[in-house]
Amino acid sequence: MSNVDRTSELARTGGRNTSSREQRILGIIETARAKRSRFRDERITMAHGAGGKATQTLIEGLLAPAFGMEELADAAIVDGGLALTTDSFVVRPLRFPGGSIGELAVNGTVNDLAMAGARPLALALSLILEEGLAAEELKAEVDAIARAADEARVRIVAGDTKVVERGHADGMYVCTTGLGLIDARAQLSPVGLRPGDRILLSGRVGDHGTAIMLARGEFELGATIESDTRSLWPAVDALLDAAGPQLRCLRDPTRGGVASVLNELARASGVAMIVRERDVPVHPAVAGAAELLGIDPMYVANEGKLVAFLAPEAAGAALAALCAVPGGEDAAEIGEVRTEPPGMVLVETAFGGRRVMDQLVGDPLPRIC
Amino acid sequence: MRFVDEFRDAELGRALAGEILAAVEPGRHYKLMEVCGGHTHSIYKYGIDDLLPANVELVHGPGCPVCVIPMGRVDDGIAIAHEPGVIFTCFGDMLRIPGSDGSLQDAKARGADVRMVYSPLDALRIAKANEDREVVFFAIGFETTAPSTALTLKRAKAEGVRNFFVMSNHVTIVPPLRALLDSPDLRLDGFIGPGHVSTVVGARPFEFIPARYGKPLVVAGFEPLDVLQAVRMILAQLAEGRCEVENQYTRVVPYEGNRRALEVLAEVFALRPHFEWRGMGFISQSGLKLSGAYADFDAELRYAVPGVRVADPKACQCGEVLKGVIKPWECKVFGTACTPERPIGTCMVSSEGACAAYYNFGRFAREREVV
Repeated sequence: MSNVDRTSELARTGGRNTSSREQRILGIIETARAKRSRFRDERITMAHGAGGKATQTLIEGLLAPAFGMEELADAAIVDGGLALTTDSFVVRPLRFPGGSIGELAVNGTVNDLAMAGARPLALALSLILEEGLAAEELKAEVDAIARAADEARVRIVAGDTKVVERGHADGMYVCTTGLGLIDARAQLSPVGLRPGDRILLSGRVGDHGTAIMLARGEFELGATIESDTRSLWPAVDALLDAAGPQLRCLRDPTRGGVASVLNELARASGVAMIVRERDVPVHPAVAGAAELLGIDPMYVANEGKLVAFLAPEAAGAALAALCAVPGGEDAAEIGEVRTEPPGMVLVETAFGGRRVMDQLVGDPLPRIC
Repeated sequence: MRFVDEFRDAELGRALAGEILAAVEPGRHYKLMEVCGGHTHSIYKYGIDDLLPANVELVHGPGCPVCVIPMGRVDDGIAIAHEPGVIFTCFGDMLRIPGSDGSLQDAKARGADVRMVYSPLDALRIAKANEDREVVFFAIGFETTAPSTALTLKRAKAEGVRNFFVMSNHVTIVPPLRALLDSPDLRLDGFIGPGHVSTVVGARPFEFIPARYGKPLVVAGFEPLDVLQAVRMILAQLAEGRCEVENQYTRVVPYEGNRRALEVLAEVFALRPHFEWRGMGFISQSGLKLSGAYADFDAELRYAVPGVRVADPKACQCGEVLKGVIKPWECKVFGTACTPERPIGTCMVSSEGACAAYYNFGRFAREREVV
């Protein structure tokens, strides 16, 4: 066996034999991790809003049990054919390259419906306005909301406004609630993933989170990156056309990024996932900013991207369909579902090694959505 | 990315891995310590372990700035953060380091004005924008980051800023290495030397390691090819019976260091007689405080801090991890009581900490083939 062969053999088997004691300890850790999280924190910290482990603990440990919710998804299915969801938006600054809070508020909720395979029908809109907000800024956002709703072909049908004292709302907060109609072609389930399923990503990762960070002007980096905020219904429509029931599951990787949705689904379906780092599309400026800041773009938020899981035989057609949708030009197959080790996401690094890609811990980023 | 991707070339990596495999003596076990947390992070992040033969073992060293901060210093920082009118600034990782009663992040949730910054200059900028408040920067790091703190202080002094203070937790790299080499429970074959520290101090300060202790040291960069090449250079020294300091990171590290940075350090800082290290106890001449000329900026003089030495939690074995005596997973609380979301020890917090790196990136049974 040549050295190169031995090396690839080493790479295949993981380089070293993990001692049995190490394995036993890893087993204990996995058992501990598989337990339902309990909410034990004394106070809310910013980490509870970052979309990582603390957020999961808050939802799974406090909210879901209190309301008897068993399956957690972006939108709930009510009455068989309807999907319902709600979302609030607290981004600072209100306007940023590529979008603003108004567009986010429409697209974010429309996308949560789309991820459930639902065609968006109507939105209810709540505005929480800060005393002193310039009318011009408000008008601009109302226009942005109307325009985004128009583009997403969804109507704003109800709403509410509140005003709070100066210093309490960063200009404005926006909440939207969306109602959608489940598409007859959709048979999506977060627990339906099977080994061999392919993982598709609809475009470059990390644009939105990076755009907001740079727009806050804290890093003095020269690059301009635009938020990717857009309605994902056209992409979902195309995927349903191309793959129908072979489209197993959809997620939009917002807070916590692609890494967080993959982990969530690996846990929910009890499967492993392997992601090929070299196949993940990343804008060079996003990769550069992430490198400088020590952040992995896989954990950075997107507002106009989706992750789709497909039966292997449908993956090719689905990818072609995605690439043909505006905004999907850079879509790629980034990995696949495996059996071992269950509940975990592994990365094949571009360098040729392997590692875990875990859930986000803590809050590396400011308010982004 | 130019100047980065070249050092992450998978094909070159495989070729180097082949050379390493050819250089090891079968049956001999090699234990190499990477001194710097940045190396630990790279090794796990790129899966470099996967490319090394089973008899080349990498042991993680003490060079993680967040990991070496003892609990008492965190408590002192939190006490300052709770002082009325104070804006307390620190790097992101510091927010989550547990003190004896919660972390700075918890202090923030209780009402302290704690802000994350990316550089000491950001803290100075906050001070200038808030003249009615006092702004404290919790400075950490080895010789790598100390010059940026020093330059910030020089600027604050030159501009006459009077509401900016620094709590210095800066440390130096040579004393803990000496302490490590003097400890009897460690058998090492060589060192991957700290790249970024060496950009400041140069490679010369490490000459005592081959000279006095008979171990080769190769100063290395942080890209995966850098680390592999450093391993190969150490193995070559061992095979050829050489024992010296070599510099793999020549594109950044001058052998003599950066004289201007060293001058600024000497002006702004003074050596403390001793400084406590997490899990390693007091090490003499290993910490930097502000020099007399900068006493007006010294947060430890400005505020009454408890200054109490707090023993590490009994179960925590960060000290042994930092010394490379045990592997992260060999710690009694690793991954069960101590996790990145609820850390007991510092090594589980920083992305450069051996425990956090292993937990986040390395925690899967490599023997089990991924099917």
